Amino acid sequence: MNAVSVNRLCKSYNGVKALDDVSFDVAKGELYGIIGPDGAGKTTLFRILTTLILPDKGTALVQSTDVVKDYSTIRSIIGYMPGKFSLYQDLTVEENLNFFATVFNTTVKENYHLIEDIYKHIEPFRTRRAGKLSGGMKQKLALSCALIHKPDVLFLDEPTTGVDPVSRKEFWEMLMKLKKQGITIIVSTPYMDEAKLCDRIALMQNGKFLRIDTPDNIVASYPYRLWAVRSSSMHILLDDLRSCQGITSSFSFGTCYHATMDETLTVEKLKRYLLDKGHHNIEINEISPTVEDCFMLLLKEDGV
Amino acid sequence: MRQFIIFVRKEFFHIFRDVRTMLILLGMPVAQMLLFGFAITTEVRNTKVAVFDPSQSMETREIKERFQASEYFSINEEIHDISRINDVFKYGDIGLVLVFSDNFESDMLHGGEASVQLITDGTEPNQASMITGYATNILSQYQREVSGIDGIPFSIIPEIKMLYNPQAESAYNFVPGVMGMILMLICAMMTSIAIVREKENGTMEILLVSPMKPIYIILAKVTPYFALSVVNLITILLLSVFVLGVPVSGSLTLLFGVSLIFIFLALSLGILISNLVSTQVAAMLASGMGLMMPVMLLSGLMFPIESMPQILQWISAIVPARWYIEAVRKIMIQGVEAQYVMREIFILLFMALLLITLSLKKFKTRLS
Repeated sequence: MNAVSVNRLCKSYNGVKALDDVSFDVAKGELYGIIGPDGAGKTTLFRILTTLILPDKGTALVQSTDVVKDYSTIRSIIGYMPGKFSLYQDLTVEENLNFFATVFNTTVKENYHLIEDIYKHIEPFRTRRAGKLSGGMKQKLALSCALIHKPDVLFLDEPTTGVDPVSRKEFWEMLMKLKKQGITIIVSTPYMDEAKLCDRIALMQNGKFLRIDTPDNIVASYPYRLWAVRSSSMHILLDDLRSCQGITSSFSFGTCYHATMDETLTVEKLKRYLLDKGHHNIEINEISPTVEDCFMLLLKEDGV
Repeated sequence: MRQFIIFVRKEFFHIFRDVRTMLILLGMPVAQMLLFGFAITTEVRNTKVAVFDPSQSMETREIKERFQASEYFSINEEIHDISRINDVFKYGDIGLVLVFSDNFESDMLHGGEASVQLITDGTEPNQASMITGYATNILSQYQREVSGIDGIPFSIIPEIKMLYNPQAESAYNFVPGVMGMILMLICAMMTSIAIVREKENGTMEILLVSPMKPIYIILAKVTPYFALSVVNLITILLLSVFVLGVPVSGSLTLLFGVSLIFIFLALSLGILISNLVSTQVAAMLASGMGLMMPVMLLSGLMFPIESMPQILQWISAIVPARWYIEAVRKIMIQGVEAQYVMREIFILLFMALLLITLSLKKFKTRLS
């Protein structure tokens, strides 16, 4: 039995398809990532799965319960952390936690073991108003509040957006721990580097799932050799790469450009071409692809 | 039940931690009562009077003294040129000009027909008619006394008596009105804003996903405002009795009963508004413009309903505050028994039931 089972889900707003025929399953205890840029339809999907909005077409089951018909049953077995920080800014850390524990029919004491690892980071500030916390601490508090009733399935909508890299890393470490406790987690993120931490990921764009697989499989299926290119004049390098015969794709990736080339071009030829264009200190290294490279390739194939 | 109590406590935290909310909730009733009670008054007091008196006789002097002695008037200046009358209104703060006829004394004693002209500023008609009323009273009283001495047997003197409000104090008019306005404002506006704030902050998303039933969420949000409204009701009544000197003539229980119906009605209206809008600003505008203006203008608080055009009278009939204010006037000022306010009570009850049904029907268990 799957924790979440979605079948041909559609939802549009004023003619714009936010979800376009989406189907997928999430196994019990899985950490499932939904990766996609802003506007891909991630939040709409989360809101349907958390019974907050109704789908136009299709069905969705959470713990074998229908999200439309039996919404009140689902509401007591899931945890949800919306993208926007959704706690009471004028209540203290402790008051927020106690409030949500009570609303979800439990007490902080009862499930403290679940949140202990997370909560101990913010416990020194428990009398501080939530509005006065830093972004990372706010997320930890929100996660504590979403977890306090020991949900079967936890939905996290972009939990790390706007959070510093250190807190992001800590946050994902916590998710790994929660997974070990048997909680099914569905998390969305626009950050590709977080994808490889999931058991399986779905790449999402324009309301569609482009691909669903494990991060390793996705990366392994990358069909081309990939090269990282650097030079002394980075600002004109991308244009020069794109104008070079035989370069099939190139895009910015951190401090370098990732490029693929067809069989007419070799590393030596490319180096000579760039030297002619006036570049110095040219470095061209073969690298193994990341999830982001796969995503860019999928987008290209999808014609976006 | 524990959920409910914790929720209500949280709601009180919100209210007590926001200074502005606190000020609106608890300061506004007091401020409005005092404003309407003292500052904004339609009473005539110490109106400045200018006199044009060509005869300068014993009789005219006595009349002037009577004006001076009255609490409503004080003689401010004597004018000697009749063409200055326009100027004293334009440049001074004169409220009344007394113009005695040329031969006032001899006309009165011999012709029996002396004339006094009362000139007031017609740009404020209510004020002007009240001033002339008081002035006429003084004049006729003088006439009665003089004629009593001289034994002239004819002349009928009307004695005006204002029932329920012998001194024609405006507080008698405003207290019921302010009660209607404050309760409407606090219940409807503050509740709708409080509910919409949860939507705007995204906390409603989490609350809806919780096992707590949506109806309990709404009830819990409304309860503190209900409690505060009752506190305000008591404050207003205390202020009205002990500061403004407006007594509660009728049954206090009846007054509270009607007020509770009205509070319930206003809360339902607030819930309805919160269902229809999705931002705090929209909630504020809807309750501010949609509720405050009709309450101020059409409930009889400012302008008597009887003198409105027919169409406005019809519109005023659907303003709940109109019926509440009418009922409070009857109970508080006239001190009538329950059977005389039955019509108002039934109308309010009907409106309340209609609104609560509508708002519960409109209530969404989901977003959007």
